Amino acid sequence: MSILIVGITVFVLAAFVGLEVISKVPPTLHTPLMSGANAISGITIIAAVTAAGLGSTTMAEVLGFLAVVAATINVVGGFLVTDRMLQMFRRPGERSGQK
Amino acid sequence: MIELLYLLAAVAFIVGLKRLGGPRTARSGNRIAAAGMLLALVVALVDADILNWGSVAAGLAVGTILGVWGAVRVQMTAMPQMVAVFNGLGGIASALVSAVAVVESGLIDTPIETTITIIISTLIGAVTFTGSFVAFAKLQGLVTGSPLVFPGQQFVNATLSVIAIGSGIWLLAGGDESAYWFLGAVALVIGVMAVIPIGGADMPVVISLLNSFSGLAAASAGFVVGNNALIIGGALVGAAGLILTVLMTKAMNRSLGNVLFAGFGGTDAIAGTGDTATKPVKRATAEDVAIALGYADSVMVVPGYGLAVAQAQHAVRKLASALEERGIDVHYAIHPVAGRMPGHMNVLLAEADVPYEQLLDLDQADPQFPQTDVVLVLGANDVVNPSARDDPGSPIYGMPILNVDRAGTVIVVKRSLSPGFAGIDNPLFYEDNTLMFFADAKDALEGALSALSQV
Repeated sequence: MSILIVGITVFVLAAFVGLEVISKVPPTLHTPLMSGANAISGITIIAAVTAAGLGSTTMAEVLGFLAVVAATINVVGGFLVTDRMLQMFRRPGERSGQK
Repeated sequence: MIELLYLLAAVAFIVGLKRLGGPRTARSGNRIAAAGMLLALVVALVDADILNWGSVAAGLAVGTILGVWGAVRVQMTAMPQMVAVFNGLGGIASALVSAVAVVESGLIDTPIETTITIIISTLIGAVTFTGSFVAFAKLQGLVTGSPLVFPGQQFVNATLSVIAIGSGIWLLAGGDESAYWFLGAVALVIGVMAVIPIGGADMPVVISLLNSFSGLAAASAGFVVGNNALIIGGALVGAAGLILTVLMTKAMNRSLGNVLFAGFGGTDAIAGTGDTATKPVKRATAEDVAIALGYADSVMVVPGYGLAVAQAQHAVRKLASALEERGIDVHYAIHPVAGRMPGHMNVLLAEADVPYEQLLDLDQADPQFPQTDVVLVLGANDVVNPSARDDPGSPIYGMPILNVDRAGTVIVVKRSLSPGFAGIDNPLFYEDNTLMFFADAKDALEGALSALSQV
């Protein structure tokens, strides 16, 4: 099997896993789900560090650097802001002393 | 070994997303996904024999600083803008990865399937980037939130699409780097053109779709560099965004095509506004509102985008607490497309410490209105518009709404009588059991709260 076919197979199966796993999310969690998923799309970061790290021309290195910056903001900001939101989604009983 | 570690990261993403689906497990789910990401990053750094450590380290440092800064600083009311920016950055990162592949290879001796994936990831990534930033500018109020439509728009967009396809074919036929840059530039323009005709109230759909695109961009970049972790992660996000997109369009009873291309809420959609300007409405003061609320047994709050604009989530919580102390039953009815992104209202109310059990979705809340004494509509409009139910000529006819007019009394807090975003008049405002309180939502709630102590 060519690499492309393997890739397509992985993609299709993963998409179905995604649809199954996510299909029953309550509306309350739609925003955190979206921003958490968004952070996962920052997985491009691993291709970006490779591109920036191996670029043999200045042009490649600059483009790679920009890719790393964009992907890192996506990953770090995405997971952090999701955590910030989810921190607020607690029942009153679960709340520890301070707000 | 490397592949297995990437697989472990992918499993962390799946488990993380699964746990994000339940209120109790969501926070740990997010952390599991983040741990998977960290693992994947470390593996990539160790595995890649990196030469330019300076660029990589600088990029990670700058991105981390900006990411932390944004995530810590953003207000909950501005969350749709933030997610739009993050979507866009994810998209452009994927497109840039393809650009580096092009610069490095010069597209010489590149297998045709690689060229195809480069074209796809550049198109999706670039469209996601500019589309998200136009969405950001609209949400932030930097440009008007109303649809920007002009004559011949469809023709221009169709032409752009043809040019994009043409430049893709040019690349496949052996075009050099200049063909690639041309393709990228056209894709950036398409992203702008695709989002400018879409109005503010349709943003939940657009953001969900761009979210899906950011995933697809990552997956297609995964094809370019031959990495399954990118393909899996990207496919998961593509699926998540797709589910939310479908949910949002269903909540508006519209097709995706209609949302994207109809220029909804433009000048030709203001059906039925002409004759209503002179109809009488019942105006209420803060005291009237306090009396109505104070003597009710059950109150349902219906929040909308106006609540976010006025930053009134804490004020509504305070008023609700005061009502609960009087033994009044308070719940919140949340329409799926209230606000500017899926779940926008839930996040705001959670910030104000409203327990999520009090938040009812459309199906839970709607049957309760006939037994509800007072409904407090805060900055919502189209989602409570009875013409969606009664008037087959209305542009929003068929959209599932919260039938607040079936409650005993409806108090509508609104800054003015101007029709909502969609430019559709709301017959609710002229009903006999509707009181209109013209004020900023926050001022209105604080006024009602102080008046309540006299009741």
